[in-house]
Amino acid sequence: MNSFNRIAIPAAAILIFLGIWEWIVWINQWPNYKMASPSDLGPAFWKFRHLFLQYGFDTLWRTVAGLALSVLFGTVVGMIMGFSKVVREGLYPILIGFNAIPKATVVPVVALILVGQDNLNTVLIAFMISFFPIVVSVSIGLSTLEPEYRDILRSLGASKMTIFWKIALPKTLPEFFGALKIAVTLAFIGTNLMEIVEPHGKGLGHLFDSGKISANYPLMFSVMLALAGLGIVLYYIVVVLEQIFAGWAERS
Amino acid sequence: MHTPEPGVGISMRGVSHAFDTPDGPFPVLDNFSLDTAAGSFVALVGPSGCGKSTVTRLISGLISPTRGEIMLGGSKVTGPRPNVGMAFQNPVMLEWRDVVGNITLPLEIVARDMPERERRNRALELLDLVSLSGFESKRPSELSGGMRQRVSLCRALVHRPDVLILDEPFGALDAFTREELWLVMQSLRKRENFTCLLITHDLRESVFLSDEVVVMSDRPARLQYRTTIELGPERALKDLYSHEATDLLAGLRNQIEVAQGRSMSKQTDTVS
Repeated sequence: MNSFNRIAIPAAAILIFLGIWEWIVWINQWPNYKMASPSDLGPAFWKFRHLFLQYGFDTLWRTVAGLALSVLFGTVVGMIMGFSKVVREGLYPILIGFNAIPKATVVPVVALILVGQDNLNTVLIAFMISFFPIVVSVSIGLSTLEPEYRDILRSLGASKMTIFWKIALPKTLPEFFGALKIAVTLAFIGTNLMEIVEPHGKGLGHLFDSGKISANYPLMFSVMLALAGLGIVLYYIVVVLEQIFAGWAERS
Repeated sequence: MHTPEPGVGISMRGVSHAFDTPDGPFPVLDNFSLDTAAGSFVALVGPSGCGKSTVTRLISGLISPTRGEIMLGGSKVTGPRPNVGMAFQNPVMLEWRDVVGNITLPLEIVARDMPERERRNRALELLDLVSLSGFESKRPSELSGGMRQRVSLCRALVHRPDVLILDEPFGALDAFTREELWLVMQSLRKRENFTCLLITHDLRESVFLSDEVVVMSDRPARLQYRTTIELGPERALKDLYSHEATDLLAGLRNQIEVAQGRSMSKQTDTVS
C-alpha cells in the first residue's frame, strides 16, 4: 500500500462513519439533548477550545506517566519472573487476582488514601490498570528463549547480564510492543476512570462530567470524540516506536 | 588430513555424569573416556538419547561432570572458555542483526578490543569460505535453512577457537543440502586450524568428514567402539561408495545395532 492510500483509506472510513452517524440522528429527528450529531460537535469544540486544550493535556500527561510507570514496573517484574521459575509461580496468582479486580472499585480506595493528590492518584490508576500485559509479555518472552541462544554466549563465558542485553531483551521486544499497544489503551481508560468517578477539576473526564451536569450533550459527545482522537494518537505513537525498535520482526 | 600444527586436543578421562531429577540421579555417562589429537576431526555417533549432547556441554564447560575430568590442550575445563566454538542443529540467529552482525557476535565477548573493521573483515573472509559472499547485509529471515547453518558455522569459527563442537549441525537439512555442507566443512577445515568434535546420527557424514569415528553405547553411555577413517585427505562424495567406505559403514552400522542393544545375529534369530 502506498503512503497516500495509508492515510486516505482510514480517513475515508472515518468520514463515512461520521456521515452515517449524522444521517441516523437526522432520520430519527433526535434533538441534540438525546443524541448529538457530528455537526453539533464543531461549535462545542470551538466554544470550549481552551478547556479542551488544557484538560486534554492533563489527561495526556497523566496517561503517559502511568504508562511509563507500567513499562518500568512491568519490565522489572517481568524480568524477574522470566528468569526465576519460583518467582513466576509465586507471583502469577497474585497478579491475575489483582488484574481481575474491576478498577472502578479501586478508584475510591486510592482517592481516599491519596486524598487531594489528584495527579498522583490518577497516574496510579492508569498504572494499575495497564501493567499486567507488560509483565506477562516480558516474562513469557524471557522464559521461552531457546536454550541455544543462551548457550552461544554462555559457552564463551558471557555473563548473565551480557546475555540479557545482547539477546534476551531485543528478542523480547516484539512481544513487548504487542503488550504496550494494549497497555496504552488501558492506561488511557484508567486516567479517565479516575477523572470521571472522582472528579477533581482536571482532565477530559472532568470536562465530560461538567457536560453531564449541565446537560450539554454536544459537549459530552465532543469529549468522547476528543478521547477517541487522543487514544488513536497514543496508539500510533506506540506503533511508530515499534517500527523503530522491533521493525525487524515484520517479514515482507 | 590436517597439517599437524600445535593445537589443542580434547581429552575426557573417566567421565561420569548424572542429572538430578525428582526421582534421584539419572545417569547419562558412565566412565566415558576419549582422547583426540590436536587438529583431528572426530565424529561421535550413538543411539538417540545416549548422551552425545551432554558430552558437548561438558567439553564446552556449560556443565561440570559428576566424576572424572576433561582437559583441553592440557588445561582442565572448569567452566566456559573462549577458545571453544559451537554450532547446533537449530542455527538460532539474532533476527534483528544482519549476517555480519550475527557472525561477529562472539567477538563482542572474547575480543572486545578488536576494531570494528577487523571484525567485519574476518566475517567476510569466513563468508567467502562458506560460499556466501554477497550475503553479508542480509537478514537471517531472508536465508534458507542451509544458508543459516553456514552462517552458524562462521559464527562458531569467527574467534578462531581451538576446539569446534558441532552438535548435529546438518541434522535438519535435506540430503543434498547436507552433502553441500559437508564440502563446506571440508574447505573450512583446510583453511582454519581447529580440533573438531562432531555429533551426528548420520554414519555417512561421520565417515566422510572425520579422521576417527567413536561409537557410544546406550545410556548410561560408555565408549563402545572407535575406528580411524583412512580415506585420504582429499575426499569426494563418490568416495563414500567405494568398497573401503561401504565396509566401514557396514561395520559402524553393526556397532550401532550393538549399542542399541540388539545385535545383527539376535535380530535374524527373531525373524527366523
